[in-house]
Parts: sequence; structure tokens; C-alpha cells
Amino acid sequence: MNVLEINHLAVELPVEGALRRVLHDVTLSIGPGEAVGLVGESGAGKSMASRAVIRLLPAGAVVHGDIRYSGDSVLAMDRAALRHFRTHDVAMVFQDPRAHINPVRTIGDFLLEALLERGERRDDARAAVIALLAAVGVSEPERRLRQFPHELSGGLLQRVMIAAALAVSPTLLLADEPTTALDVTTQSDVMVILDARRRERGLAMLFVTHDLELAAAVCDRIAVLYAGFLVEDAPAGDLHRNLRHPYTAGLLASRPDPVAPRPRLAAIPGRPLSAFEVGAGCAFAPRCAFAVERCHLERPELRALDAGRVACHRAEELAGQLALSPTPGGGE
Amino acid sequence: MTDEPVLEVRELRKEYRVRTSRAEAVPAAGSALLGHAVTRRERAGVLVAVDDVSFSVSPGQSLAVVGESGSGKTTVARMVVGLERPTSGTIMVSGRERSWRHVSSRERRRRAREVQIVFQDPYSSLDPRMSVRASLDESLRLHFDWTRERRDERVAELLDQVGLDRRQANSLPKALSGGQRQRVAIARALASEPRVLICDEAVASLDVSIQAQILNLLSDIRDATGVSYLFISHDLAVVRQVSDAVLVMRRGRVIEAGPTASVLSEPSDAYTKQLLAAIPRPGWKPTLSGS
Ligand SMILES: Nc1ncnc2c1ncn2[C@@H]1O[C@H](COP(=O)(O)OP(=O)(O)OP(=O)(O)O)[C@@H](O)[C@H]1O
Ligand SMILES: Nc1ncnc2c1ncn2[C@@H]1O[C@H](COP(=O)(O)OP(=O)(O)O)[C@@H](O)[C@H]1O
Ligand code: SF4
Ligand SMILES: [Mg+2]
Ligand SMILES: [Mg+2]
Repeated sequence: MNVLEINHLAVELPVEGALRRVLHDVTLSIGPGEAVGLVGESGAGKSMASRAVIRLLPAGAVVHGDIRYSGDSVLAMDRAALRHFRTHDVAMVFQDPRAHINPVRTIGDFLLEALLERGERRDDARAAVIALLAAVGVSEPERRLRQFPHELSGGLLQRVMIAAALAVSPTLLLADEPTTALDVTTQSDVMVILDARRRERGLAMLFVTHDLELAAAVCDRIAVLYAGFLVEDAPAGDLHRNLRHPYTAGLLASRPDPVAPRPRLAAIPGRPLSAFEVGAGCAFAPRCAFAVERCHLERPELRALDAGRVACHRAEELAGQLALSPTPGGGE
Repeated sequence: MTDEPVLEVRELRKEYRVRTSRAEAVPAAGSALLGHAVTRRERAGVLVAVDDVSFSVSPGQSLAVVGESGSGKTTVARMVVGLERPTSGTIMVSGRERSWRHVSSRERRRRAREVQIVFQDPYSSLDPRMSVRASLDESLRLHFDWTRERRDERVAELLDQVGLDRRQANSLPKALSGGQRQRVAIARALASEPRVLICDEAVASLDVSIQAQILNLLSDIRDATGVSYLFISHDLAVVRQVSDAVLVMRRGRVIEAGPTASVLSEPSDAYTKQLLAAIPRPGWKPTLSGS
């Protein structure tokens, strides 16, 4: 059975008295020990999708669709079940650690809280979190336990949060841009640790990032989100070999290559749309070099193709035409 | 052809006086709300943010400065534009030394015209009450003694160069997207026709698709105007795309320098190798950096 199943998830949030759509249609699943990368540009809805999984959305949020953890509906859980789910089964690393760590309690209190609540012995719990802090590259872990959040840099605090998430040995980890604020070398260290957890304990992971290359390198599958729509879901290894969705291809082509620079980057014209700005047709149509009339009128459904799924009217037709180099007329 | 360097920096050093606190005592239980009850032994120390940094940039060249957070990149940039006073060392622009003594306001303006800087977050450097057009016009009035017509023409040219339309020109910064604001910041920096444009993480916070647009824009501008770049970034892929030469900094010092293509394909320093090995790419597997 899948650890996580999200079906046609849509979310609306109250903005100035009216509901505003922030997610349109997200369907994805994660098996035991599997890592799925949820990739997209800012505002695509990555954070909202991951927070919806633990029902941690802003007040007044309206959620449609279905979210299941090991077959149980998360949306139907009562308070006790939700609490158990949040303390035993799932852990989340937030994009902004400072907003999620209590500023008036020590790092030690923060790290030990969940373990002590579960009845672990204090000495054991302490030894475990010290080892974890060291593993995620925090120097002098024992001293850190006595420090307060404001005494730590953003990068250090992010690592504390990762240690806290792993300390409870969750079955499912929701990691929202866990390494965006870190140097590349530290990012690499953190990914090694998450990888090891996956192999040793079968940790399932939703890895949220705007970095498609990072996701492709550390995840089994990649799910691409654009303006609140899941537009593609593909095996990570397929990504570069088999380009299927024009947006995914555009994202890959936008990133410069550290080894072989292209004379000119194939930039996608325009800017990423927010979910509420999307018209009737394909959300990507206003920026897509391959859009035809149908694209502006009719919403493409997410459907199976090869080893993945794609939401594009022209996916089959475009196979082999999508390239990593600039297309004539597709500059900026 | 040996062009005289447009920017030459020699043995640059910056020290900051800092209070080092060694908090060894454990906060008394319950009393240490924000850690203030911690007994501290404070002593004044010296932090060397930039240590013996030398480089030169020729006209139309793009020199990148890379390194991890805190390595001293921004401090170098701030000294070059004159926002920060070097502890020692010299900075020459167009063959003239920038000394800190007897700087007239006229001289200060001349210096500002020569070297401009674009930061990571253009929001903080743009006046929130000024439209894009007004902000460009202001910069032109500051640097040139031009008629209104001449300035209007130049504003139109700048807007065109950075890809902003008429409607965006009349907007306030808050009505623009991050990428558009960065275009405004670049246009404003170009208004004074600088010889050197410093970009300090100027594309770091942009979405991937917008980042590509701005990188292409910077390359077009260099072709069209012959401006030189000092391009500060922690992103080696971006650096490969925009620079001819690169300096790798660590803990305030230059640990490796050379043509970008060769430094990034055959790095000689262990730390540069580590940085390169940490960039995700097809087939990449994360490894412990050992730092
Ligand atoms: N005004 C200041 N007072 C004291 N120390 C400072 C000051 N400004 C910078 N520093 C210190 O100087 C060192 C270099 O800082 P700098 O901002 O140049 O780094 P950077 O390479 O730009 O880092 P990043 O990649 O995070 O922007 C750091 O240790 C920093 O904490
Ligand atoms: N508290 C909120 N109220 C209303 N809209 C919000 C709120 N938080 C985020 N949004 C909007 O929801 C959309 C998705 O946001 P988010 O999930 O944070 O995107 P991402 O993580 O992909 O950058 C954006 O358009 C954002 O502006
Ligand atoms: S459906 Fe049309 S507009 Fe949308 S991605 Fe496919 S080709 Fe482009
Ligand atoms: Mg987010
Ligand atoms: Mg900096």
C-alpha cells in the first residue's frame, strides 16, 4: 500500500473576504521508502500542497479532494487521530525554520520534546539528538542544546529542524525546500543523511524544491507543479532522456550547465502565473512555444504516458521535438 | 592587445572589530527567557573579512567571485563601490586610485558613475514611492546635465534595453514581479553608463525561468555597451554562464583564480573541487563534503 496518496487535491484560501484558489488539481502517490520530488517555481503551490498533507493550512482554508496516509483519510481524522499522525507517522521540515521553532525555548527543549512525550528516557533521547545534530553537520552539538534559536544562523537552524524531523523516526518526511538556505556543500551533506535514512529505514519522502536537477538526482520520481496544477510525474532517471512536458523541458533548459555552458539560455518567456490567474485552458499556454488553439480553450487532463503521467494536449506529438537548446522564436 | 584594466584591486584587506562572546555558563533554569541571563565574557576581537585580495578586470570582461556564505564576497564588492572603507590595499578604477582622503562631492559623483552595483533584493534599493520612469530619470539628473528631452529619450532606451514596456515604466516597484524589479535595478545602474557593473547575487532569488531571462539580458548588455562585470555568486553553474574569469574565495582569501572554463573543468584547489562536486547535475550523487 502507498504511504501517501493525494487525489485531485484543490485548495482555496480566504483573501480579503473571498476565496482564492491556490491549488487546482494535484494527484500523486508515494510508496514506502520512495522519494518524490515536488518541483516548481515560487507560488506554484508546493508549500500549500505539502502542508495540506498534515492539515496545516492557514485558517479558513477550503480543501477538496482526498489525502490518504496508509489508506486512512487524513481529512477525516478526528483530533486524536490527527495528533497521533503528526507525532508518530509524519514529520515536516519547513522552508522557514525561524517561524516554526519557539524562540523562547532552547534548542534542546525543541529537539527533545517529541521524544520525551513518547516516553523515551531522557539520556537516550539526548544521546540520539546529539548524534543526529553531528550527522547533519552541526558543530559542538552539546553546546547547541543550551542555545536559543536567535543565537543560531539560518543555516544552522535549518539543520536543527532536519534533526528534529528525523529524531522521531517518521514513516513519511515532508521536506519543504530543506536545503535552499544552505551552501551547496552543506546541501550535499544533508542529502547524504536523508538518503541514508531512506535506505536504512525505508523513509518515504516528499521533497519540495525549485531545483529540478537536485530533485532528479536524489528522488525516484519527479512531480512538476505549475500554477497549482500537477503537470507531469515521471521517473527521475527519465527526465533528461525523455522530455515530455514543454514546461519541464523549459525549466531544464533555463538552468545553466556548470560544465558545458550554452551560448544562450533558452529562457521561457513571461513570468510564472499564480493559480488564481489561470484562464480556461492549459495553465502554461500563455508561455508555451507549442501552444495551439485548443490549449487556450481546453484544460489538459493528467494522463498516463510511458512510465509516468503528463498533462499536455500535444505530449505524444511533441516527443522528440522538445530540446534543451533554444528554439527559434522561443528566446525571450 | 593589452587593454588597461578598468578595475584593479591590490592587496585589499578589511578588518572588523567584533565582540566575541564565549557563553560557557548554562542559563539558569527558567530565568533565561531570551538568553540574557547567560554570563558572558566579552572581549574585543578582530575579524578579518577580506585578506590580501588582488585582481583586475579589463574592459568588457566579466569576473566572477564565488565562495560559500561569509567568505567575504560582499565585503569586497562594498569596498569597490565605496560603501565600505578598506583597512588597507588599493582600488584603481580607470587608472585612478580611489583614496578615502579629500573626496569632494563632485569626485564622489564621478566615482558613482564609474561603478554601479545591483543587489540580490532590488526591492530594498528602489524607492517604493517612485515610479520606474521617475527613478531612472532621477539617476540621469544626478549624473548628467541633460535636457528633459534628452533624458526622456535615454529613459526609453534603457527601458527597451532591459525589456520593460511603457505600462511597467509607470508602475511603482510594488506592482512589479521580482524579475521585473531586477530589470529596473539593472536599468537604474546602467543609467550612469558605468564602466563596471557589480552584481551581488543579483539573480539568486529569482525563479529559474526568470533567472535565465536576466542572465541573457546581462549578456546582451555586455555585448551592446562593453561594460565590465564583477559578478558575485555562490552558484557555479550561473558563474560558468556569465563569466570569463573567476576568483574562488574562502575565509576572506583568494584560494584559486583563472579563466572560468579551466578553473571549473580542472580545479586545482581542493576546496574548489569540493564546491564543484556539490553541484547537482544528471548522474550526481550527494557525498559528504568533509568540511
Ligand atoms: N559590518 C560588519 N561587521 C562585522 N562583521 C562583518 C560585517 N560585515 C560582514 N562581516 C563579516 O565578514 C565576513 C564576510 O562577510 P560577507 O558579507 O562579505 O560574506 P559573503 O561572502 O558576501 O557571504 P554571503 O554569501 O552569505 O553573502 C563574514 O564573517 C561576516 O559575518
Ligand atoms: N496565507 C495565505 N493566504 C492566501 N494566499 C496564500 C497564503 N499563503 C500562500 N498563498 C498563495 O498560495 C499560492 C501558493 O503558495 P505556496 O504554496 O507558498 O507556493 P510555493 O511553495 O510553490 O512557492 C501563492 O499564490 C501564494 O501567494
Ligand atoms: S497543452 Fe498546449 S499549451 Fe499546454 S503545455 Fe501542452 S502544448 Fe503547451
Ligand atoms: Mg514554498
Ligand atoms: Mg554576500
